Amino acid sequence: MVATISNDKIPNNVHLSDDKRLQRALEQWQPNFLSWWKDMGPEGFQEKGVYLRTAVSVDTDGWAVFDHVKMPDYRWGIFLTEPEKDRRIPFGDHYGQPVWQDVPGEHRNSLRRLIVTQGDTEPASVEQQRLLAQTAPSLYDMRNLFQVNVEEGRHLWAMVYLLHSYFGKDGREEADELLQRRSGNVDKPRILTTFNEPISDWLSFFMFTTFTDRDGKYQLKSLAESGFDPLSRTCKFMLTEEAHHMFVGQTSVRRVIKRACELMKEHSTDDLRPHGGVDLRLVQKYINFWYTASLDLFGNEISSNAAAYFAAGLKGRSDEHKYDDHVARDGTYAMDVLAGDTIHKETIPLRNAMNEVLRDDYVRDCESVLSKWNAETRDQGIDFQFKLPSRRFHRKVGQWSEAKFDLAGHAISEAEWDQQKDSWLPTEAERAYVHSLMKQVIEPGKMANWIAPPARGVNDQALEYEYVKL
Amino acid sequence: MAEHGNSGGQDLQVSFSTNPGKYKHWRLTFDGELATLAMDVDEEGGLGAYVLKQNSYDLGVDVELWDAIERLRFEHPEVKAVVVTGLKDKVFCSGANIFMLGLSSHAFKVNFCKFTNETRLGIEDASSTSGLKFLAALNGTAAGGGYELALACDEILLLDDANSAVSFPEVPLLGVLPGTGGLTRITDKRKVRRDLCDAFSTVAEGIKGKRAVEWRLVDHLSPKSKWAETVKAKALALSTQSTRPGLAAQGQGVTLTDLDVKVDGFAFSYRYVTLVVDPKKRTAEITLKAPVTKEPTKNSRDKGADLWALRCYRELDDAILRLRTQFLEVGLITFRTEGRRDFLLEAEATLLQQVNDGDWFAHEVLQHMKRVLKRVDMTAKTLLCLVEPGSCWAGSFADLLLFADRSYVLDDSGADEPATITLTPLSDGRLPTGNGLTRLQTRFWGDDAAQAKLRPFVAESRPIDGAQAEKLGVVTFVRDDIDYPDEVRLFVEERTSLSPDALTGMEQNLRWPGPETMETRIFGRLSAWQNWIFTRPNATGEKGALSLYGKPDRPTFDMRRT
Ligand SMILES: [Fe+2]
Ligand SMILES: [Fe+2]
Repeated sequence: MVATISNDKIPNNVHLSDDKRLQRALEQWQPNFLSWWKDMGPEGFQEKGVYLRTAVSVDTDGWAVFDHVKMPDYRWGIFLTEPEKDRRIPFGDHYGQPVWQDVPGEHRNSLRRLIVTQGDTEPASVEQQRLLAQTAPSLYDMRNLFQVNVEEGRHLWAMVYLLHSYFGKDGREEADELLQRRSGNVDKPRILTTFNEPISDWLSFFMFTTFTDRDGKYQLKSLAESGFDPLSRTCKFMLTEEAHHMFVGQTSVRRVIKRACELMKEHSTDDLRPHGGVDLRLVQKYINFWYTASLDLFGNEISSNAAAYFAAGLKGRSDEHKYDDHVARDGTYAMDVLAGDTIHKETIPLRNAMNEVLRDDYVRDCESVLSKWNAETRDQGIDFQFKLPSRRFHRKVGQWSEAKFDLAGHAISEAEWDQQKDSWLPTEAERAYVHSLMKQVIEPGKMANWIAPPARGVNDQALEYEYVKL
Repeated sequence: MAEHGNSGGQDLQVSFSTNPGKYKHWRLTFDGELATLAMDVDEEGGLGAYVLKQNSYDLGVDVELWDAIERLRFEHPEVKAVVVTGLKDKVFCSGANIFMLGLSSHAFKVNFCKFTNETRLGIEDASSTSGLKFLAALNGTAAGGGYELALACDEILLLDDANSAVSFPEVPLLGVLPGTGGLTRITDKRKVRRDLCDAFSTVAEGIKGKRAVEWRLVDHLSPKSKWAETVKAKALALSTQSTRPGLAAQGQGVTLTDLDVKVDGFAFSYRYVTLVVDPKKRTAEITLKAPVTKEPTKNSRDKGADLWALRCYRELDDAILRLRTQFLEVGLITFRTEGRRDFLLEAEATLLQQVNDGDWFAHEVLQHMKRVLKRVDMTAKTLLCLVEPGSCWAGSFADLLLFADRSYVLDDSGADEPATITLTPLSDGRLPTGNGLTRLQTRFWGDDAAQAKLRPFVAESRPIDGAQAEKLGVVTFVRDDIDYPDEVRLFVEERTSLSPDALTGMEQNLRWPGPETMETRIFGRLSAWQNWIFTRPNATGEKGALSLYGKPDRPTFDMRRT
């Protein structure tokens, strides 16, 4: 086999050129990755030059190099944040002991599962979004989509790096399977249900990058605390890219809101259908849907896995340093628990409640996103405030999935749910309407009618810049 | 050591009487010569204060499985193959519920495992003796006891979706064993190489897809898009190996009606069985009755579930299960028999004749007798048989005598009906115990001369009197009417004063001399180790793996190997 693996082709800070084991593994895997990308990456745009940011090193001038690149030629790199000297395991039973540079045998399977589950979401989202570019509302947005896509590809590389370097033959097999599963395929589905639904309109894409990538952020933050140092460092670097994905989501939804406000004022109506806009109530329904689907990704409220991961020092809380008690063996969490028809407070051992602890942080973060969107309506002088639904609403995972709740979190009957759900969640007709708005706009600087232009271009370029050379 | 709670033991009221209309956890459906037994565990439907998540099971779930298999045999002769599958997404069955195990007393855990083992063996018995074939159609991950259930089936089909796996997480996650036959069946039945078994049994998440086939952990794979058709095709293929009557016998099934038992304090009266428990003395007496009236000499099926041989043994089964689950402290069962020897001998001869003529129902009745006798064999209580004037130790009842830990004859020459014993050909091959041998062979293991001396009595069903019985070795001691009452009383009192653990161990060792089968290995080796592990701090101590599963703390082991 021709040696395709080099520092030049694969920017890295893991001494790839000296690492025979990693080279051998990647030599086999990289061609498969490329053919996966060509099959399952953005459909119809593989040969176009895209104004992409590439990370070529971890220092400030290396991590954001911009140029027009054909996506298959993108230099997917392997980066970990620089090691922290004398880092100690920040939580759990091994609290205060030196971090592990190799996988401890007793945690090998758990770690592999954590990495595979995280890794699986990365290519999954690329697959979910592969047709979107065909209806991009502008070149700017199209470029953002591709940037997110190549970075999800890089996140896959990051997880594969860990599997290849630390998990032997099993790890290599898992890495191969990450390329074999396919979002939405009945025979080889992606691991998490949410990642098997296609994302076929841009409003959904923006909601996904706002809410679902934000779940990713919290998963990465909790893994960034890991006592397994290579995982911690990998996730910390991924977080810098994830922040951009959430930026895309949050600012783009805000642009949709802004445009809606403009149309409302222009036509003095809040029914924007005749005017080709997305009215605010519909935006709220999309929030209701995507926020709750993303809440599911945190898993069960009471979880023995979460307790085991925490105890073992594998997966912590986000920003572990902000807590006083890092062992959390005796701590408790007062949790609302659903038992039959009634909800009561129960005292749960803190470690078993770690999924909920992480979800709490996430909910707070989402609230701050909504306050930004509400600032937009306020600035526009429109009397409308977005609101997050209760975390009990519309759940498919965890205890709240066992009953029906309204937006405020009050238990309701199945019949009430059937009666009201169309006023809470996008209906088929509304989804179809959003779809009907999805028409490709490729003239540089132009925007589709349903979305306002962004405040500024990418990397200080003008809005009219040719972000994708078609 | 920490014994959590006590939802096990005497406090737990388990009923072994159910029927498909009452099932909470299984759906039994029929399609011509195929049946589907689909697991859909009601999370809130457990016997104790735990939630049966992810199709995990407790004794209540297993009682329904056992009931379903019995009914398939008696009520559905048209069925040739059964698909065992699940109705939950992503998981076929995640095994015995861990929180149930954590809450249970040691005794309850052991009883629970014993019953599930007997049920798994019952599946294999249905396949090997009645040609009722089982396909495990694993529509998701089969973990621990879930995979053990699959192993009891003839073939295993696994969903190939890059997710569904078969696994034994017991050792790595819980610090116990896949103790419901798991470790035995992967080697002895599926012939998975022993070092691969070792690898498989230590990787918690299990093995999926192609490798599961390569390692012989499963037989077939199917993608989701072809699932339904593959399940059907594999089930149909299995059904061609069946020796059951099939559609020709549609509608001929015999409904297993409820046993009505009258309870009066500690006395339980069935039609042909009475059970009287003396909690203070920690003993029980079971009296078995021969047919009260003449049984039909042909077309036994017309009598349905009222046929003596079926009814009597179903009642005995229920009595034994009741003793095991409700009266853990009872250490000794005294068996007595009564009634018309001629009726019994004729009923069993008729049954045997019909079996030999190929009658499916008679065959099932006989196999049922065999299973119930095995359940008695496997009961951790001393088995004492008393042969007294007026008793009816004949035919299949005599098998209890041959297998008892101890037996006494009251040799009362003045009695109207002196005690006798009548062995029949039934005891010479039709009712094997767990080691594959008859109780007669097992009793006289290695003593061919003794067996030869008995053969004429067996062949001609010739009654054996007290003195002969002792000489021929079919009983332990013969005593006259002066010695007998005291000697029996002393034996019982002495026996119930000994260590119950030592007695269980001793009896289990002495009941099965001779060769091993998969069945004896499951009970004698796997279960014994499991039961030992269950009492060890590394599993059930405060810091044990089983105790801490799902809790915030991680286990701490005493690392000394013993
Ligand atoms: Fe990502
Ligand atoms: Fe992302």
